[in-house]
Amino acid sequence: MNWQAITDMLPLLAEGAGLTLQLLFLSGFLGLCLAVPVAIARLSKTWWINILPRTYVFLFRGTPLLVQLFLIYYGLGQFEAVRESIFWIVLKEAYWCAVITFTLHTGAYISEILRGAIQTVPVGEVEAARAVGMSHRQVYTRILLPRAFRIALPAYGNEIILMLKASALASTITLLDITGMARTVYAKNYLPMESFLTAGAFYLVLTYGLTLFIRYLEHRLHADRKEPVVIIG
Amino acid sequence: MAENDTHLLNVEGIHKRFGGQDVLKGISVKAKRGDVISILGSSGSGKSTFLRCINYLEYPDQGRVVVDGEEILTKTGKGGMLVPADQKQLARLRARIGFVFQSFNLWPHLNVLENIIEAPMQVLKLSKKDAIERAETLLDRVGLADHRNHYPSHLSGGQQQRAAIARTLAMEPDVILFDEPTSALDPELVNEVLNVIGSLAEEGRTMLIVTHEMGFAREVSNQTMFLHEGKVEEQGSPDKMFNNADSERVRTFMASHIH
Repeated sequence: MNWQAITDMLPLLAEGAGLTLQLLFLSGFLGLCLAVPVAIARLSKTWWINILPRTYVFLFRGTPLLVQLFLIYYGLGQFEAVRESIFWIVLKEAYWCAVITFTLHTGAYISEILRGAIQTVPVGEVEAARAVGMSHRQVYTRILLPRAFRIALPAYGNEIILMLKASALASTITLLDITGMARTVYAKNYLPMESFLTAGAFYLVLTYGLTLFIRYLEHRLHADRKEPVVIIG
Repeated sequence: MAENDTHLLNVEGIHKRFGGQDVLKGISVKAKRGDVISILGSSGSGKSTFLRCINYLEYPDQGRVVVDGEEILTKTGKGGMLVPADQKQLARLRARIGFVFQSFNLWPHLNVLENIIEAPMQVLKLSKKDAIERAETLLDRVGLADHRNHYPSHLSGGQQQRAAIARTLAMEPDVILFDEPTSALDPELVNEVLNVIGSLAEEGRTMLIVTHEMGFAREVSNQTMFLHEGKVEEQGSPDKMFNNADSERVRTFMASHIH
């Protein structure tokens, strides 16, 4: 094992970790924002309201992330209409293509987690909210969603950790995240074990950090710790 | 319309059908200000369903509900059921009808104080300061002043139900509907809740109470109605209902429920 090579590559991989975290947090946050309306629309009993979110979830859960990434990064640029539209400013950048793809991908999963959580909230709590005269919107914003977020948190944390590792695919569209940096280093030093072992260690540390953060959030949000929480994930 | 002026709550001819079965076959009740009406009957007689139809937690198939002269507006929905025609109006009238559930239904992510100030702030648009002031008076009243920061899961059933009653009172409703408020409680916790409800009756609140606590019903109500298979079997003063009801069925029921 070439320890000197490992020490030398640490600054580069740390830089890559910065990009990995950026991609992760941006898509994790945007995915959550996307998932809320998708989950609510998905629960609608009106078919023309739930058909769109259903189709979206079906497509993005049913295909590999790598295929989605290639379609958006390589595929869209094939059309002149896309290249001439204002969206091209964003779509020509590998970085934004990765953010968009990851957001759409994780948003589909998070919306399903949220939908399950919303359905787990006991109906009596919703009736109590209706009985005091809350509007539909208030029932959602004050009772259903806060309750659903707490119920969904462990599953959401799991999804973030899965996304952290899936984000390595960003390296396939030229981005220098942890994996991208490791590949660059390997191309120069021809030390695959050292390069990718170090990359793996970076992911491990990040996963551990995220686990601690999610545990802290759970602790904060569940002041009522005794409550038995049922998770449909 | 004249009759509505004297009645705070006027419920007429409620019919409700669940999966082809008639659960309520035309039940009416009128409550003047200060009336305490107990709704009795064996389980499955439709008592709770009737109560839930009054504030449209359950949509009736027929009938009307008038709160202080204002009728809850409805239209005919799928399957002939009545559905609220104006959600805003329904929310406004629901805010005037308190509802206390058998299973308390406190919001578990909020502590006791937050449970109580939630609706006054969101629905009545009270300032936080005013809402807390109102809540503190009520917490004292239901004996939970020391538990204001507790979460529902850390309270006994009796405490939860008293908190739920405080939450309802915080809206200052015109009428309060109690749906078997002590049925989910351990026997030793029943009295602390009944005492609170009894004190509400004493101060002249208008209430409809579905209950199996016969002694309590007899003591606090000025009217009673007995439901059987979705119909009113008998209606009248507690004295008559408990001592010499016209209906054989009511007399049998009373005999087996009063010890």
